[in-house]
Amino acid sequence: MPYLMVAWPAVFAGVAFAWRSNRTRPWLIPPAALGHLLLTALASARMGYPGPEGWLGLDPLGRVVLFLVSILFAACAFFSVGYLRFRADRDNRVFSACLLLFLSTMTLTIWSRHWGLMWVAMEATTLAGAPLVYFNRNSGSLEATWKYLIVSSVGIALALLGTFFLAYASVRQGLPTSLLIEDLVANAPLLSPPWLRSGFALILIGYGTKMGLAPMHTWKPDAYGEAPGVAGALFSGGMTACAFLMILRALRLLKAAGEEAFAEQLLLWIGIFSVAVAAVFVVRQKDLKRMLAYSSVEHMGILALGAGIGGAALPGVLLHMVNNGFAKGVLFLSVGNIHRAFGSKTTDRVRGAVRRLPLSGMLLLAGLFAVACSPPFGPFVSLLVILKGIFQAGWHWVGGALLLLLFFIFAGLGTTVLSAAQGVPPEESDGAEPVYRDTFLTGAPILALMGLVLLLGLHIPGFLQAFLADAVQYMEGGR
Amino acid sequence: MTTLLDGIFIALILLNFLILGKASLQGVIRVVSAQGVILGLLPLLLNAHLDLRLGLVVLGTIALKGLILPRMLVRALEELSIRREVEPYISFPASLVLGALGTAFAMLVSHHLPMAHGLGSDLLTSASLSTVLTGFLVLTTRRKALTQVLGYLVLENGVFIFGLLLLESLPFLVEMGVLLDLFVAIFVMGVVIHHINREFATESTERLTALKD
Repeated sequence: MPYLMVAWPAVFAGVAFAWRSNRTRPWLIPPAALGHLLLTALASARMGYPGPEGWLGLDPLGRVVLFLVSILFAACAFFSVGYLRFRADRDNRVFSACLLLFLSTMTLTIWSRHWGLMWVAMEATTLAGAPLVYFNRNSGSLEATWKYLIVSSVGIALALLGTFFLAYASVRQGLPTSLLIEDLVANAPLLSPPWLRSGFALILIGYGTKMGLAPMHTWKPDAYGEAPGVAGALFSGGMTACAFLMILRALRLLKAAGEEAFAEQLLLWIGIFSVAVAAVFVVRQKDLKRMLAYSSVEHMGILALGAGIGGAALPGVLLHMVNNGFAKGVLFLSVGNIHRAFGSKTTDRVRGAVRRLPLSGMLLLAGLFAVACSPPFGPFVSLLVILKGIFQAGWHWVGGALLLLLFFIFAGLGTTVLSAAQGVPPEESDGAEPVYRDTFLTGAPILALMGLVLLLGLHIPGFLQAFLADAVQYMEGGR
Repeated sequence: MTTLLDGIFIALILLNFLILGKASLQGVIRVVSAQGVILGLLPLLLNAHLDLRLGLVVLGTIALKGLILPRMLVRALEELSIRREVEPYISFPASLVLGALGTAFAMLVSHHLPMAHGLGSDLLTSASLSTVLTGFLVLTTRRKALTQVLGYLVLENGVFIFGLLLLESLPFLVEMGVLLDLFVAIFVMGVVIHHINREFATESTERLTALKD
């Protein structure tokens, strides 16, 4: 099963790379996505991860992330067919292939049960993602690709050092060295605490770079700003969740070792700092995609903060990861449509989006409320759980500060989005360029994701509740 | 043996200062290449028994870090029509001071990290962390895309030094990790530099500063 899940999109990527016709090539993406979705359903139904000896397996945490990644990718797959049809002038060979490879590598990070393999898979997501950022092949996207590669590679290098430290924590104590997740957790109380702590710090910085926690978030606004909306959706919903999964796995190890106080302090501070940075930069942000990037920094901060609080906040954190992933999908894809229709992504030129693109404009507005954690959408519910956890744990000032910052961010997001959505659109170009309108393929996937965000706000399906409960129990030490 | 090893670790730390202080790009590339060769030889001193696998690691590291990658960078330097100086954002003395602070911090941290006996010296951890910090400093304070690649290489060297401790217990991780990462990342970065070169005519991240808030 794991081999099939990783290989399936990779094979399609190979076919896409060899495919001749630029026009029909994007149609290879949806079957790959649907197959992946089917495999995800099968694997989730009969989860059962191997014991310490297995390198690949699906643990309860991974199951939640896989659920998110697979659904998000399916929506993006159909969207990208519509998107690439409109950008028929461009060669989509590398883009299509890398989109599929990206899914394959994300799947591998989720299934890995070994810190070394996880690291390789995470590095592979970085590399597979770079051509996605560079799709537009202009100086802006080049600069963004460069920053993305350099900053992520440094993060990945630090994560490797952190992985070495974890390994050395057992070498130091004369224990047999293994980097399998379950071996380390089983030996956790015997491992050398200083090495564990510094290893965790490096892993948090390293994978936190991929996740986009401040102050390691600097690649994010540029990469999200210049990449096509599809790539932004997959980065901010999928890849960041995979990186967060790595951090949660490290946190679980420290919990097992009884060193969680240190880890949770770090997570708490880096989380609140990220939300604060997002609040500063989101206000007066004219560029819609960069605004979304800072919103992503904000929500990653909330996730880290919640993980640092732990306890009652933990189920909320996992749910919030899912909610945020779907909501970011809605926002990035609808902003992608708006970008195409206006030839711009700044509010200087984008006005009256609701008139020119009724569906995408309305979805952007709905997405705004979702991502600002207002009812009746999913993020509201998950934020409430996190906040409850924060206040229950006695961190009153943290809860207060978080609420205040969220208010600022809502005001910032609202100003930008409303000025883009309302008003009269500027004069259309004189017909020299094709006019972009909402189509079924570029509208329905967003609508589906929006439906999920709404559903998760009204009622969480039983199976997802079970997934979350299992994952929380797994984090807390049981199996 | 231990004094020889300690001497080498101190030499590595001194090379870091050379990397920070040199003004000519070619000079920095030469120092990084020297560092790569020393790194390649270190496994021979750390491991008593020499087998085929260890030999391959030694040869591979020297070839890659000491010869191929520096060669690639020199080639890129020759092809590009750029000034041959490092062009830092901060002055060289300031870089050196920061480097010294970084090294002091590295020594402080490694003092608190207990070593397994056998390789008793915590100078190894100091050298590793100090090299990582040097790489980070080069990455953040130098203007050109090419110097950033150099900084990344130095940072990777620092990670490699620590990896030596695990060469016996987790050999494949060290080999795979460092070689794959270096090779692929530098290769991809090489491709991007090529594109930057075409797009901007002069390859300098000075021009890569259009995107900001």
